Order: sequence, then structure tokens, then C-alpha cells
Amino acid sequence: MYVEMKDIEKHYGDFKASDHVNFGIEKGKLVALLGPSGSGKTTILRMLAGLENPDSGDILIDGKRINDIPAAKRDIGFVFQNYALFRYMTVFDNIAFGLEVQKVPKAQIKERVMELIQLTGLSGMEKRYPSQLSGGQRQRVAFARALAPNPQVLLLDEPFAAIDAKVRTELRNWLKDMIHKVGITSIFVTHDQDEAVEVADEIIITNHGRIEQTGTPMEIYKTPETPFVAQFIGKSTVVSHYEQLNGFDSVAGASQAVIRPEFVRVSKSGRLEQYMSAAEEGTVEEVVFRGNHLELTINIKGISIKAERSLEKDPVSVGEKVQVLIYRLYIFDENRTYLMENSAMQENDVFYI
Amino acid sequence: MEKKEQKKRSKTEIILITVGVLFIVCMLVLPLISVVTNSLKEGIQFYFQSLASEYVVSALGVTLLATVIVVVVNTFFGIMAAWLLTKFSFRGKHILATLIDIPFSISPVIAGLAFLMTFGRLGWAGKYIEKINEALGTDIKIVFAIPGVILATIFVTFPFVSREIIPVLNAQGKEEEEAATLMGASGFRIFRKITLPHMKWALLYGIILCTARALGEFGAVNALSKTRGETFTLPLEIDALYLSGSADSITAAFAVSSLLVIIAVLVLVLRNFVEYKSKKKGKA
Amino acid sequence: MKGLRRQKQAKTCRVIPGFGLSMGVTVTMLSLLVLIPLASVLIYSMKLSPEEFFQLIGRKEVRSAFSTSIMCSFIAAVVNCVFGVILAWILVRYEFPGKRLLDGLIELPFALPTAVAGITLSKMYADTGFPGKYLAKLGIQVSYTKIGLTIALIFVGIPFVVRAIQPILEKLDPSYEEAGNMLGASKARIFRKIILPELRPALLTGFGLAFARGVGEYGSVIYISGNSARKHTQVVSYVIMQKLNYVDYAAATAIALVMLILSFLILFLVNMVQVHQAKRTA
Repeated sequence: MYVEMKDIEKHYGDFKASDHVNFGIEKGKLVALLGPSGSGKTTILRMLAGLENPDSGDILIDGKRINDIPAAKRDIGFVFQNYALFRYMTVFDNIAFGLEVQKVPKAQIKERVMELIQLTGLSGMEKRYPSQLSGGQRQRVAFARALAPNPQVLLLDEPFAAIDAKVRTELRNWLKDMIHKVGITSIFVTHDQDEAVEVADEIIITNHGRIEQTGTPMEIYKTPETPFVAQFIGKSTVVSHYEQLNGFDSVAGASQAVIRPEFVRVSKSGRLEQYMSAAEEGTVEEVVFRGNHLELTINIKGISIKAERSLEKDPVSVGEKVQVLIYRLYIFDENRTYLMENSAMQENDVFYI
Repeated sequence: MEKKEQKKRSKTEIILITVGVLFIVCMLVLPLISVVTNSLKEGIQFYFQSLASEYVVSALGVTLLATVIVVVVNTFFGIMAAWLLTKFSFRGKHILATLIDIPFSISPVIAGLAFLMTFGRLGWAGKYIEKINEALGTDIKIVFAIPGVILATIFVTFPFVSREIIPVLNAQGKEEEEAATLMGASGFRIFRKITLPHMKWALLYGIILCTARALGEFGAVNALSKTRGETFTLPLEIDALYLSGSADSITAAFAVSSLLVIIAVLVLVLRNFVEYKSKKKGKA
Repeated sequence: MKGLRRQKQAKTCRVIPGFGLSMGVTVTMLSLLVLIPLASVLIYSMKLSPEEFFQLIGRKEVRSAFSTSIMCSFIAAVVNCVFGVILAWILVRYEFPGKRLLDGLIELPFALPTAVAGITLSKMYADTGFPGKYLAKLGIQVSYTKIGLTIALIFVGIPFVVRAIQPILEKLDPSYEEAGNMLGASKARIFRKIILPELRPALLTGFGLAFARGVGEYGSVIYISGNSARKHTQVVSYVIMQKLNYVDYAAATAIALVMLILSFLILFLVNMVQVHQAKRTA
């Protein structure tokens, strides 16, 4: 493991910002710290950078304990949420700052800065001031500035928060490509799961100061380990009386279930061709147009669930009776989640009409 | 209908502007004109004559010396205090900020009294100074001497510089400094390269204001300076001239005042220039 | 909650360099140059027995000086609030020739030495000056009366109120009033119901600062007031100075202590208003 946190505790008064935090990150990986606000993800990042000190526990980079090394000497590049570009310096001077501090010879500084300017696609903007740049360009400068002294690790605090939604997607891809090109171990903080899933090689999910789960985006999506992750990832509906649904039996201890829209198929009444006995009858409560699909809220035996419907299919309207097929759901007790398949569907596997 | 509304609005507007302008003219512009006309009552020659009098020249010297020292001390303090209050959080920060502002709301006469009670005949520190003088054979005097004048003026203008720069630094936040620290920059480098460019106009204005107040301080100095021609500052000299009562000396008092008025007007012009500059920067 | 906050601040590690240095310099200089001298006043006044103390501040001229200072400062601060709101309003909302000049002039009382202001106002309102000459013809005497005293205090207090209100008014969205306008409210009503409540904390702050300044004012009032004990035109600062000149340090410190308490009280109230305001807008 290249970057490691071992049993980190951090309190702000009575507030537990980090509660036995343990994780390791391999060299060269791009990792997202994902969680709702106040979940302790930014604290982890700031402790890694040396902007905060943990109460107890060890922080290691490349096998070396860095707890007592001051922030400036940790060899870490940090991209602030609002970039914290030096307003009274040009793009060139911003990127050169870290090198100047290290008393690198002038010619070398120029070479390195120009290289980074080229790499980040900022050519021709060397003489501009931050106020003359767009949000995306500022991010590029902040990125280049953090990379200039060749740090061991790059940390990014909500790197896309200050950018327009339109440009954001484009920049995500750019940043991902750039980090992989440079090959630097990077950790970024985000509260946006789409962002984490799209950009990161690995995701660390935090909640109430604890690490809930660590894994690739796919693992986290497919096999959520904790109730929190099951609810937090994807567009989930939490259901209390899942045993009332066709094909799902009550499991002792697990009183709630999570249903994701992709687990649900909605058919117009009478059009279902398979698994008749596994299907439920429901009423459409709400139809919301989401741009590339419809989001439906459907009431089944008093339980409201969310489903999606392609625009290619026949539209459904509010009040319409539909047939709903629920393939699977996640049930959970206090600590674990289990995937539960629709039992009626398996039994009636062979029924074709 | 809309036109009528427009007309009505401009009527209130006209009344308010007239009231405001009249108020300022009566309260602020008339006194300015009055200083000038009074100072030139006896002709231009008398004007320069009264400025060249021995007492006035001595007072000008004392005033300038005190002002330079006061401004240097308060600028140094102001920068340190602003750095402390805007870049760090710590227990008692709010109290410290309030304590720094104390001299603002205290009568300058009390400032003078405070130094009298500290370094004067009855003051606890006065004894030690006497002892030092005995031991070293020196003749250090604080009260009724120039050091007292300087101390009292420092007291009165103490928060001026910090007060101007703290809001500017607060608005800027501390992320840029944090970023620079993470890159390993020293405190002095961060200050020079990042913080100073941010606050330079506010700092300049604070220094200007501090200068103006130091030049014009009266109440605090009045309690601590009693020798005309030696420890008197310009305002004290003005006071002495005015109270001596003869028509000539009153005119001379206004002549000396006109010097300070010129400085005050210069301060205002500079202030507006500084404000204009910093606003322009803010928009860019 | 408060304890939690405190602990949080205490444990934050300080990244930016210079904490120790700036803390050391700030506290040392503040103590040496402001707090210790002030404490000397306190220590000296503590040497007085309570009977002595109350006897000293209970003297007729002292009581009358306090009531004069407080009353005139109060009236001056009220006048400044009225004109301060008008001035801030026209400076923020209207365009007219000479606006920049007017804006710049507001701070003249900060920049002009108090002694200069004092002799000038005194001369202007004496019955030989302008406009004193004409006022005298009407039978109104300004110099050497409380009216003159109040005018001098208005002079020194103007910038406090204007500069307190101006930024708030600038931030106040005009659409706010437009909304009121659309709902058919009258101008007076809009001002009273919409704008005034927004301005109230700033107005109180400006009032407090102008009042505090007025109570302690010395240079600009001592010439115009005439300092007559008989006509009750002595201000507190003048009485302290008078006691100092008679080397009556006991009386001077006793009066100073009362005045210090008064200033602290005002400062405290102003701070409360500001904290309250910050909470409300946060």
C-alpha cells in the first residue's frame, strides 16, 4: 500500500470526524472519497495533507509515518475546492511558485512550467491572471500548480464543485486522463456519486466519520456491504414491508429493503410476456420527465417505489394500472446487506406464454 | 401614470439631495472655508510670518518626529494583529479584537491620564524610571517630555492600521496562504508575495489615516506636554495661540491650522484615490 | 455547544506560519501600550475608599459635566442618525453632480484635527463670525452654549453613522423595495416597514459609536462650549483635564474610571448588536 491510514481518530469536541479510519491505497491509483457532507471525507484529506492533525493513529506514505512531518515537507500536491490560486500572480507565476520556494534554478523552472502549461492545454495563457480565466481553466492551473514540484501524492478537495454543470462532465474526463497520464497517486473528495463512479478507479465511502466500504465502483454498486452504502449508491427507494411483495419472503432481523430503479421493470397492463406470477399490479402515482427517460413513482400495495421507463416505449400516465416486475432487492439488518432475488421468478422460469 | 410616478420620485429625490448637501455644506464645508479666510485675515505676509515663528517651527518638528515613530509602530502592530486575527483561529480571539479597538471609544484625555498614572510622579513605573536614571546617570523622562507625547499618540491611533486591513484580509480568506504553505513557502515569503498585494491599498489607507490622526492628536497630548517651544505639537501650539486671546495670535492659530487642514484634505483625496483603486481591482 | 466550538478551535492545527510571532507581538504591544497604562488608572482609583470615590464623583460640577456630556452627545447622535440615513441614502441610491466629492467629504471629521475643528467652529458661531453674526441678530447665541457644544459633537459624529449604514444600504437589493412597490405600499410605508428594519442594527452601531465618541470628545468641544460651570457647559473630558492641571489626580482618576465604564458599556452594546446582526445575516 502506498498511502495508508491506520486506526485514525479525530474529534472536534464531541463531534467524531474520524472514527477508526483504516484504508490503504495502491500506488498510481485514482481514488474517490465519497460521502454526504459532514461524513468526514474532507477531514481525511486535510489530515493527509497535514492541514489537520489526527488525535491518534498513523498516516503512512510509501511505508513512512508522516504524522509529525509538517504539511510543507510531506511532498503532497493539494488542489483546493476553490483552487486558491494566487490572485496577484500570473498563471506562470502561480505554477512556478512551488519550484521557486524550493530554489530550483530559473531555467529549470521555466522548462517545467512550460511543460505543464502544454500538458494542461493552457498554452498562451501564461501571462493571464486568475481573474481572467474561466472556471475550467482555473482548475487546470490549480492542477498544474499542484503537480509542478513533482509530489508523491495529489489531493483534490471537491475538484468540480466550483464549475458549471455543463463543463463539469468534460473536465471529469480530462482530469481522469491527465492523472493517468502523469501516473500520480491521487485522492479526491466528492459528495457526487456520479462523479466518483465515473472518475475513480476505487471509491472509499465515508459516513459519520467511519469508512463504510472500499472497492471499485462496480463492486460498490453491485455488492453494497452496509445498509448505508445500499441506500447511498444509486437511486434507491427504501421499503419497509418488502415481504408483502410477490416473490420475497421475510428474513428474520432484516426489516427493510432497498429497491433500485434498474431492478424494476414496468409494463403496460396485459403486455407482460414473462413471469406473470412474479409480477405485481401497481398504480402510477407520478411521472417525471428526466430528459432521456421517464421517472415513475408506482404504488404497489401501499408501497411507493421508483422505476425508470425508456422514452422509446409507450408512455404511461398518472393513475394508470401497470404490471411491475421486481427482479431483486437488497435487504438489510443493522450491519449487513444481502442481495435477494425474486423467488417467484426462478420457480416460474420456464413459463412462456 | 408612469410618468407621474417618475416625477414624484424625483421630487423626493430632489428634497433629499438638497437636505443632504445643505447639511454637509453647513457642517463641513463652511468650517473649511472659515479656516482659510480666518488665516488670511491679516494678509499673506502675516500668514507666512506666523508659520515661521520659533514656537511653530519647534512644534512642527516635534509633531513630525512623533508622527513618524507612531506610524511605524502602529503599522507594525497593525500588520501583526491582522495576521493573527485573520489567519488563525484561537480561544479568546473575539476578546482580543475588542481589546485592540478600546482606544477608539475612550476619551483621549483618559489616554493622557493613563500615561500620567503609569510614568508620572505617582505612577508605579515612574519610580523605576527614577531608579534607572539614578543608576545610569541618565535623564530619561516620559511624562511632560517627548516620549510621553509619542506614547499617548500611539495609544490614540493604536487600532487604525489593523482596523483597515482586517476586513480586507477576512474577505480574502486564508486558502491562498494555506496553499503556499503546503508548497513550503516561508511566512515572510507568503506575506510579501500573497498577503501584501491583497491588502496594500487598505494598508496604505490605514497608514494615511493613522498619520492624519497622529498629526492632529490633541487631548491625549495636552495632558502630557506642558512646555511650549519644546514638547508642544502643532495642535497644542494652535491651542496656545488661540487661547492667548489677541486678534493677531488668533489669526496665527488659524494660519497653523490651515497647515493641518491642507494635510486633512490631502488625506481625503488620497483616501478616495485608494478606494477607487481597490474597487477597480475588485472588479477586474 | 460553546464548549464544543472552543475545543474545536483549540485543536485545529495551524498550518500558516507566524502564529507564535504574531500572537507574541500583538499581545505584548497591546499590553504595554494600551492595557497596562489603562490598568494604572484602575489601580490608582482602587486606592480610593468607596466614600472618597463617591464623594469625588458626586460633586456638583462633576455630575453636571456628566449630564451635559451625555445629553449633548445623545442629541448629536440622534441628529446624526437622521441626517446619516439621508446622506447614506442619497449617496447609494441617487446620481447627482458632486456626489463623489460629497462622499469624500464625509470623512473630513476623521481627518481634521479636533483642535482645528474646535477653534474654527467656535469662531464661526461666535457673534462676530459667519453664520454666528446673523444668528446673534436673531437672538440665538450658539458659541459658549450647549447648542454650540452639540453642533461640535454633530460635526465629529457624522462619519460614524453614514459609514455604518452605507455598506448595508449598498447590499440591500432594490428588488426588495420594488416588490413592496408592486404590492402597492406607499413610499413612507416601504421605508418604515422594509428598509428601516434592515438598517436598524447598522443604525444602532453608528449611533453607539457616535455617542461614545461624543461623550469622550475633548478638542473640538472645549473652545465652543466656553467651559462655564455656571452655564453647565463643561464636558467630562474638560473636567478631567482641569483636575489634572490642579494636580488633583484622585478626582481625575475617579471621573476617568466612571467614563471608562461608560465607554466599555457602549462598546459592549455595539458589539452585541454586531454579533446579533452577524447571526441574523449568516
